[in-house]
Amino acid sequence: MQPALPLIRCQDAVRTYPMGDAAVTAVRGVTLDIVRGEYVALTGPSGCGKSTLLHLLGAVDIPSSGLVSVNGRETSAMRDREATEFRLRHIGFVFQRFYLMPTLTAAENVELPMAEAGVARRVRRARALELLGYVGLGDRSSHRPTQLSGGEQQRVAIARALANAPSLLLADEPTGELDAETGVTLLELFARLNRDGTTLVFVTHDAVVASAAQRVVRLRDGRVVSDERNR
Amino acid sequence: MRLTLATATLKRHPARTLLAILGIAVAAALLLDMVMLATGMSESFRSLLLTRGYQLRIAPKGTLPFDSEATIDGATAIVSALRASPDIKAVSPILGATLSILAAPIPSSFALGLEPVVQGDYQIVHGLDMRETGDVVLDGVASRTLLDRLGAHIGDTITIASGLDAQLRTSARSRRVVLRGEGRFFYVPDETPVLAIPLTALRTMLGERYRDRMSLAMAESRASDSASVEGVRTWIERTQPRITAISTETAIRQVEERLSYFRQLAFVLGAISLGIGFLLVSTLVTLSVNERRGEIAVLRAIGTQTRGVLLQVMLEGAMLTSAGVILGLGLGVVSAQWLNGILRDFPGLPASFDFFVWSAKAAWRSLALLLVSGALAGLLPAWRAASIPVARALRDEAIG
Repeated sequence: MQPALPLIRCQDAVRTYPMGDAAVTAVRGVTLDIVRGEYVALTGPSGCGKSTLLHLLGAVDIPSSGLVSVNGRETSAMRDREATEFRLRHIGFVFQRFYLMPTLTAAENVELPMAEAGVARRVRRARALELLGYVGLGDRSSHRPTQLSGGEQQRVAIARALANAPSLLLADEPTGELDAETGVTLLELFARLNRDGTTLVFVTHDAVVASAAQRVVRLRDGRVVSDERNR
Repeated sequence: MRLTLATATLKRHPARTLLAILGIAVAAALLLDMVMLATGMSESFRSLLLTRGYQLRIAPKGTLPFDSEATIDGATAIVSALRASPDIKAVSPILGATLSILAAPIPSSFALGLEPVVQGDYQIVHGLDMRETGDVVLDGVASRTLLDRLGAHIGDTITIASGLDAQLRTSARSRRVVLRGEGRFFYVPDETPVLAIPLTALRTMLGERYRDRMSLAMAESRASDSASVEGVRTWIERTQPRITAISTETAIRQVEERLSYFRQLAFVLGAISLGIGFLLVSTLVTLSVNERRGEIAVLRAIGTQTRGVLLQVMLEGAMLTSAGVILGLGLGVVSAQWLNGILRDFPGLPASFDFFVWSAKAAWRSLALLLVSGALAGLLPAWRAASIPVARALRDEAIG
């Protein structure tokens, strides 16, 4: 039997960026394969390079050296326009601070990526409502972010990330702004998403949260120090 | 969606948006007023001169109409010769003089002797026009100011006199005039009391010296194009060596030369208001973009193209400017009317002269300029927003 082709291939990826007069190397030669359907946590202490690695995996950033390919496409070879289009079609992002547009309703926030992708208004509205229903916010579609709790806002952000049916969902500290109980609910949602076929990679500094994933990749000083699978 | 997002962004800080719109509205109003002022005076002068279609003014040689006390002798022959020309449609001779008014609250009035059928100096606003009759009592048309100062009404009869000796309280000639109508006199300042009576009657009252005189005449060329009017003007000056003929175009050119400093000032003030509008939009959009660095980075991360961010931010600038321009249009028209009212009170100006004249073409052009400038003002902050390196902005936000 042929081994599954990796959705993400990261080979000796290094990312250095300037900070003031100095150069900071956040990711130091990371090699990592993630196959389709995996549920992965990138974890480690603050400043270990996990968010930078997530940006590399999400084609938001490109490595200073080494290679990152997603869905068979090398991110360094993509021009800005292509990378943006790639993110729009293939990658969903969830951020710690949700970053919902405060003056748009939940449904309008979910519609945003679909509008960018040129989906017709009626179709995108129907899908937005469907996705909000999926994340358990079917009755909150016309609420604005300020009228929603932190957990609800994060679920809207997840619905937004799923809008264009991406093959990969990336989340940066998705439970970081949530209380423990809401964090657990969110992780249950992630597990359900994964069961339904979404490849999921999230960053967390919390070992307990990380343990919810099937695979936990630990980083320290920009390097992978362990790569374990939970039972 | 972009429009929804732009509207939502502007609504996020309603007070700031409102203040910016008001600022742009003031700049737009000032720009509109300056455009109306720059083009208005010459336009007003043009329409004043062409009120009744007369494109040519005929004055004593070397003078401008009513610029001196000089009159043209042999008026009948000159007018007849002009009327005989197939290129001239109408000629209106005019004689101006000051006449005394007997037993009245004001001692005198400016009088215009006109031929009622061809006159182009006034328009009846109330009552009836005067007729050229042989009656003992003359027909007259008075200005509002004259009626007010006399405390008279349409239908009243007054007595006018010429050659009044103040010491002896006698006059050479006097006539009774029935005020048949109230006229709006185009070329006479509002504050000047005016009485129009038939030309022949005024000549008779002024005595033998004025029997065949006129202060000026107005002529209408049959063809109204500039070349034809100029041809008629040249012909008049060639055949009538004792008079000067001035075309409307020449008069406007002379006025424009005199007003050139005024126009330059209006142009400079207009440019300043355009600059203020530009800076206002630019400042506000820059502020808004700086506040939304993280938000914009997220938009880029989830797949909004650089062009999309650019359009989004420029749309915000254009929407701000549009709202300001719409408000500024109304504000500009109202303030122009107010300023026009103040300036028109300046003594010695013809009643029909305006400083601020609405010209739809000029107004739309200047407001369109402001709109374009507003959209361009958003360009730099928009470009900066769109060029934010996504990863760095997200990192900064996470640290911040």
